[in-house]
Amino acid sequence: MIPEIGQFALIIALAVSIILGVMPLWGSINGNSQYIAVAKPATYTQFALMTVSLACLVYAFVTDDFSVKYVTTTSNSALPLLFKVSAVWGAHEGSLLLWGYILSLWTFCVAIFSRSIPPLMLARILGVLGLVAVGFLLFLIITSNPFDRIPMQLDGRDLNPLLQDIGLAIHPPTLYVGYVGFAVAYAFAVAAMIGGKLDVAWARWARPWTNIAWVFLTIGIALGSWWAYYELGWGGWWFWDPVENASLMPWLVGTALMHSLVVTEKRGLFKAWTVLLAIGAFSLSLLGTFLVRSGVLTSVHSFASDPERGLFILAFLMLVIGGSLTLFVVQARKFESSAKFEPFSKETGLLANNVILVVMASAVLLGTLFPLITDAMGIGKISVGPPYFNAVMVPLAVVLAIVMGFGLLLRWKKDSLGRLSTTVWTGLVVSLVIAVVLPLIFAPDFSSLVLMGLLISSWVAFTTLLWVIRQKRSPFRLSGTSWGALLGHIGLAVTFTGITLVSIYTIEDDVRMEPGDVKTIQGYEFKFLGVKDAKGPNYMAHRGTIIISEKNQVIATLHPEKRSYLVQKMPMTEAGIDVTLFRDLFVALGEPLGTEGAWSLRLQYKPFLRWIWLGAILMGLGGLFAAFDRRYRGMRKSRLNIKPVTA
Amino acid sequence: MKARQKRMLLVAIAVVAIGFASVLIINALRSNASYYLTPTKVANGEVEVGQLFRLGGMVVDGSLKRDTKSMNVEFVLTDYTNNVTVHYDKILPDLFKEKQSAVTRGKMKADGHFYAEEVLAKHDPTYMPPEVKESLNMDNKKKMDTEAAKKEVKE
Repeated sequence: MIPEIGQFALIIALAVSIILGVMPLWGSINGNSQYIAVAKPATYTQFALMTVSLACLVYAFVTDDFSVKYVTTTSNSALPLLFKVSAVWGAHEGSLLLWGYILSLWTFCVAIFSRSIPPLMLARILGVLGLVAVGFLLFLIITSNPFDRIPMQLDGRDLNPLLQDIGLAIHPPTLYVGYVGFAVAYAFAVAAMIGGKLDVAWARWARPWTNIAWVFLTIGIALGSWWAYYELGWGGWWFWDPVENASLMPWLVGTALMHSLVVTEKRGLFKAWTVLLAIGAFSLSLLGTFLVRSGVLTSVHSFASDPERGLFILAFLMLVIGGSLTLFVVQARKFESSAKFEPFSKETGLLANNVILVVMASAVLLGTLFPLITDAMGIGKISVGPPYFNAVMVPLAVVLAIVMGFGLLLRWKKDSLGRLSTTVWTGLVVSLVIAVVLPLIFAPDFSSLVLMGLLISSWVAFTTLLWVIRQKRSPFRLSGTSWGALLGHIGLAVTFTGITLVSIYTIEDDVRMEPGDVKTIQGYEFKFLGVKDAKGPNYMAHRGTIIISEKNQVIATLHPEKRSYLVQKMPMTEAGIDVTLFRDLFVALGEPLGTEGAWSLRLQYKPFLRWIWLGAILMGLGGLFAAFDRRYRGMRKSRLNIKPVTA
Repeated sequence: MKARQKRMLLVAIAVVAIGFASVLIINALRSNASYYLTPTKVANGEVEVGQLFRLGGMVVDGSLKRDTKSMNVEFVLTDYTNNVTVHYDKILPDLFKEKQSAVTRGKMKADGHFYAEEVLAKHDPTYMPPEVKESLNMDNKKKMDTEAAKKEVKE
């Protein structure tokens, strides 16, 4: 009975979305205020229905309703409760329902927190979000209904053991909130194009929403990387896999969008470009969903999938891009701006930022789709691996970092190198000293790549600090957006530092060890004590013991496991990791070798690994600070009439 | 500077930036894209010794051999037309199994065997990469399966 209620709520939600997508938009064009007034109630109803629908599916999972096909394929009665809930988004149908739910949640939040937006504008925004929901709910109901029934089964086929993990319980929802959040930026852009007007007020409404979506995407990507590192058993944190790229592309374009919105708000410039970026960020989010769900690309993330679904998303994607670009062609000339700026100014800096980020996103897109292109042209089955992405992205990141250092320091409209020379020289000298001295202290050998990486990271960090110091304000009086820039830029510097050091100085060794054997890596002695059998709630395990000592002091005892899950009969590696801020020691079990208790083991030393994710957390915090800047809170309509600074 | 000059300057910067990026991308693609080949293409001599490429197929049942004194592993990949012996000296991914698909990256050596530098992992035991699926000679597989079944009956 409960699943039918969920199904029913879903179908009504589709009907309500159609109303939301048609009536307010129609009213906003005809000036029919009754139609416009439909927007808010329709939004609330849609959200309520989607909540009921999702709650019904969660209920079916928690109560082990194995007459529901989706529950049977992804859950099992022996699963711990937390994983029964997270199994809801453990496969295709449920993750799409979650996607739809999050879309309705965002729509709901826009309706609630936008008292300062005029009803006409709000109606358009909600209407566009309603149209997006129509596309997604149609997709959900026609191709991937999570409530389909089958004859009652005794038990479920269990959740993929890789997903039975806290990281995977929170990673997809976080990522989806980010992806779907760009739908709000997209709706803002389309609404502005329908109205043919894009002013300072618009940019102020759009900025916090974009920032929050970006924060979730940032944290979502970092969570995915963290999960892959400790759960996949081979100690990598980024693989340039198509599915990872799918999340990186909207992130890059979203970052460009955040910065371009700054210019649009402060200077009334780059309007058309901002609109294009908003369209781009959401389209790339949809493309990500398409790539994950269609199985057209070979990926470690690929789960058995259905090409028909991919086709549907592709058609939807074409509508989203095609429709908005058509509107853009018609309306773009209305977004011309008259403000002027000199070549050496903050505007140019942010333009450079945008160009580089978009080029980076295009390079990732090309590398990701290249195998499809060559296959379609009959050239052959080609794969583009990490070497390509590293070769392209590293130099672009270096250029980006150089520009970032200048960008913050620059003034609007017009600036001169002379004014900045002290700051620039200080930043450069400090960075050089750090980049040369730091490796001398701890690094095993000299590497020009490390020198470069540390140089650009410290350059970004120190110019950011100097920028704050030059403002001569107490930290408590610094504006939210300044805090945002400070944390965001330093966060990126921290991430760059981590990436550089971990990429160059990681030591990795696959070895055969017998009980009692010792292997020394970077001064750490790994002593293997052997493997015993252990038992978990729904798995059997081989449990190894490794004692790590440094200078004859025991610093850690690790228990890596090789699990075998009872229902899916699937083996899984659970690594043992010892963590400090400056290095990770990683041990994973391979296979038993011979009869003397010998095993193959993977030992790794990874310096500064945590910095990669620590930087992401800082960036996320920065985004939050910027989103909750006082000037976006309680915006009065009168305050929005402030004219942009004109030359 | 006049507005026109400024605009020209910006355009010039953009052109240089995009040119720089294109050179980077094209170079990187040319030197880093690797082909996917099947055991049959290897048997036809479509690869040279030492060329880096990806080899995929099904892992032949009973072909996985582990050396107990070292890390060396050996197995046979098939597309049900031809076979290639693969050597590897690192830990195999969790979901690597006989009678399932696998994709490896490495080089052929003069002994006619493939030496893998990497065996690609996957997340889902039932997932088969599309290129492997396409390359399999399913008619041959059926024939072989029925022959094997007949043999079993006789025994």
